[in-house]
Amino acid sequence: MLLRHTTAKEIDRKALTVNPAKTCQPVGAMYAALGLHGCLPHSHGSQGCCSYHRSALTRHFKEPVMAATSSFSEGSSVFGGSSNLVSAIETIFTVYNPDVVAVHTTCLSETIGDDLTQIVSKAHEDGLVPEGKKVIFCNTPSYVGTHVTGYSNQVAAFVKFFSTATPKKKNVINLAAGWMEPSDMREIKRLAQEMEARIILFPDMSGVLDAPLTGKFEMYPKGGVTQAQLIATGDSKFTIGLGAYSTEDACVKLENKCKVKFEVVEIPVGLKATDRFITSLSRHANVPVPDSITEERGRLVDLIADNSKYFYGKRVALYGDPDTLIPLTEFLLTLDMKPVYIVTGTSGKHFDESMQALLSEKVPEAKYKSGPNADMFQLHQWIKQEPVDLLIGNTYGKYIARDENIPFVRLGFPIVDRAGHNYFPNVGYVGATNLAIKILEKVLDHFDSNCKEEKVEWQM
Amino acid sequence: MIDKNDKSKNADALIAELHEFRDEVITKYPKKVAKKRAKSIVLSDGDNPPQIQANVRTIPGIITQRGCTYAGCKGVVLGPTRDIINITHGPIGCGFYSWLTRRNQTKPVDDNDSNFIPYCFSTDMQDSNIVFGGEEKLKQAIREAYELFHPKAIAVFSTCPVGLIGDDVHRVARHMTEEIGNGINIFGFSCEGYRGVSQSAGHHIANNGLFKNLIGRDDEVRGQLKYRVNLLGEYNIGGDAFELERVFEKCGINLLASFSGNSTVQKFENAHTADLNMVMCHRSINYVAEMMETAFGIPWIKVQPIGAHSTAKMLRKIAQYFGEQELIDKVEEVIAEEMIEVQKVLEQARKRTVGKLAMLFVGGSRAHHYQDLFEELGMTTIAAGYEFGHRDDYEGRSVIPTIQIDADSRNIEEITVTQDEIRYRPRKTEEELKALEAEGMEFNEYHGIMKQMEKGTLVIDDLSHYEMDQLIAKYKPDVFCAGIKEKFCVQKMGIPLKQLHNYDVGGPYAGFQGAINFYKDIEMMVGAAIWKEIKAPWESEDYVEATFAY
Repeated sequence: MLLRHTTAKEIDRKALTVNPAKTCQPVGAMYAALGLHGCLPHSHGSQGCCSYHRSALTRHFKEPVMAATSSFSEGSSVFGGSSNLVSAIETIFTVYNPDVVAVHTTCLSETIGDDLTQIVSKAHEDGLVPEGKKVIFCNTPSYVGTHVTGYSNQVAAFVKFFSTATPKKKNVINLAAGWMEPSDMREIKRLAQEMEARIILFPDMSGVLDAPLTGKFEMYPKGGVTQAQLIATGDSKFTIGLGAYSTEDACVKLENKCKVKFEVVEIPVGLKATDRFITSLSRHANVPVPDSITEERGRLVDLIADNSKYFYGKRVALYGDPDTLIPLTEFLLTLDMKPVYIVTGTSGKHFDESMQALLSEKVPEAKYKSGPNADMFQLHQWIKQEPVDLLIGNTYGKYIARDENIPFVRLGFPIVDRAGHNYFPNVGYVGATNLAIKILEKVLDHFDSNCKEEKVEWQM
Repeated sequence: MIDKNDKSKNADALIAELHEFRDEVITKYPKKVAKKRAKSIVLSDGDNPPQIQANVRTIPGIITQRGCTYAGCKGVVLGPTRDIINITHGPIGCGFYSWLTRRNQTKPVDDNDSNFIPYCFSTDMQDSNIVFGGEEKLKQAIREAYELFHPKAIAVFSTCPVGLIGDDVHRVARHMTEEIGNGINIFGFSCEGYRGVSQSAGHHIANNGLFKNLIGRDDEVRGQLKYRVNLLGEYNIGGDAFELERVFEKCGINLLASFSGNSTVQKFENAHTADLNMVMCHRSINYVAEMMETAFGIPWIKVQPIGAHSTAKMLRKIAQYFGEQELIDKVEEVIAEEMIEVQKVLEQARKRTVGKLAMLFVGGSRAHHYQDLFEELGMTTIAAGYEFGHRDDYEGRSVIPTIQIDADSRNIEEITVTQDEIRYRPRKTEEELKALEAEGMEFNEYHGIMKQMEKGTLVIDDLSHYEMDQLIAKYKPDVFCAGIKEKFCVQKMGIPLKQLHNYDVGGPYAGFQGAINFYKDIEMMVGAAIWKEIKAPWESEDYVEATFAY
């Protein structure tokens, strides 16, 4: 057994986290910053943070993840990291020439209380920020919230530093993208195009973290939302936030700053969440839903109806981030599956209330937990107490799946032991179809390799 | 300038050009940065290595390969031991990122043996812990870890904010050792990320901790009495230690402990009953070797069992040290036997690899050791350097007395080690040591990377992303060796990158079987079909437009 020390017996833990279902803020800020074209993320802290975050993102995407660090020493930790950041800004613009440097803090620089506003203005005063270039920043203390919070803070910083209202409103809808794959962002843009809705998607990692191999390394790949687009978000007529945890803050700040009204929907994972997203976009962009999209939806419904016996009643354990877990739980219910255990390290009322609303009648036995004390160790203990038929989550579920012999669908961050998740979407009707097929494949493969010989089925 | 796309490029012509690199590359940097970087870029010069600047602060913003002290302490040195519960005291990230990411394999002896490596333990500090202190939470976390798992040992690792808010992990460790009792061993590490200039500081801190808290606590002499050795600085990435264990066993050599691949608390505690220490990764573990020699009288030698001939060399050194004909014969027999398959695979691989060029920028020893494998493959290393090496890793230990101790190094505790009154036992008499030295055996010696490298090749410490980009653009190596952060940047340029931290999920690469694996992997990489397909047919210049005739 890989997790040989995990037993069904729970104790009341107050201080020890074992096998977390989350990581820390700065990695989320780094990821979001990569969704701005020409931007170099910068980690203001010890160089280990930057190294760890780049490694984590690289292992997941199998793509270059460029970012710089202030490389704190003991001296900077005592006297403040101002001179490190100022000299970093000089070196970065001289050597790497980005259009924007997006600084985020770490637990170290937050604990010593470095004031980014002051430090960055010093860099400007010293003439180290070239004409037309920008240094933006956000606070991402690792001891508050999770990687999702960091992502949200970076997206909100885009609004703070760029969004500008002019008297001329445009018939454009902002789509604030929650934490999803580049493939998902590409799919959302395709759906909008199919609907002939004019949108600005931000951040946008497609074309950045799924870049082609051309023989030339592009420090700033073609993709990403542009600064001009970010500025123009202030003139859009409406914002749809995709995922409350990762985008609501940005939506609120954009309304406060530029009077752009907003609505937050779930990330469109699954049938119903996609229905809501398409309805919202159709209504606010004032465009009809084309037949082609209705047909995509029909194909998804067809697939589920044809295979419902394989989904029905299967008990599922899932873990990850609330913006994905909420619509995913809903989708599993659409499939007539039973999401029985749901865990996220990211806390918030919205998750608990959504789970309550989704599960209290349909799966009254379901257990769910969020926040600092919710971890994968406990999820595993629940599975030991009463097993499940399917596990969905990031690569860290692999060991549970092997020990308990459960089919395992990889979804979330990080996925370090498989490729392709940044190529094939999980959002929209096409994404839901991908996801349903993935679940089906895993459940059937499991049956095929575990059933008695005389029970092997040649057909569906 | 020779044409880099010229298929007939040869190593000598390229090496003649490398001296231009430094002056060209530093022109891109701000003045002060250029001045500093210039000292870390040198040309190797055979037996007279020039002085290189190493183990100094990284330039902020330059995009470095380096990580932090915590990574070196928890991730590298203590991480591979399976029966210690390693609790990260800090916000969740540090524990999360060092969770299973280093591929340290381990093999519990039976179902009852402990293995905590697949677990991540953290105090997950929240803002209230930062404001009011985290010691109480740490104590409670230790209690809970004990109640759940009953480990023999618990280690606590400090992250950046811990040092700043003044949590004393050592005091907590002492307190909890007493509170829990039952012979549990709890100890802490002040390995905050900002200490030192790289992972290297963390190695040193970990070495001190190993010596203070584990080594020398169990005097029982187990197993055979002859040929008792330890292997230091071997972390069992991809199963390297398993392969070396196999080779030692076949030779009848008793490997007591490897530090720290596939290790256990008991192996550390018992390691002082060995008669020879072998240092593999000099950078990360030489302190333990030195301390064990002072305290227990165990001599140490440098070995590099990466490459089949280098592995054979290591075995011969061991045999020479023990000086018994029985072992000398056995070692020769094993080498002869192992070499049969090695030669077969090597000949096959060399058809594709001879004359190809490699660059290695990784770690604190791997950039050196892997050159042995490339030499066997007939490839030339034209540029290399460490991520966190010191001058002695480049120029050899003879320069240690001349290395200036700066403020960053002074932060790291130097522990004073004296002869252990009970356990000190010289393994060889002065005369015996002298005789061995006269035969060419070197104790307490490491010559560094530069003396092995061809004259005129480039050596760069703490390579920046820009320097890497320029090296590849100018000199187009056939394979570039580095880590995960560099992997896909380099491959986007059309050059295969071999990861020498996680071996691209390959390995083992140590020992004889490891050499075979490496030959095959490099043969595969330099010959992979996909690198010829980067351009679409319609992108090439000689593509002729034609129209279909209907």
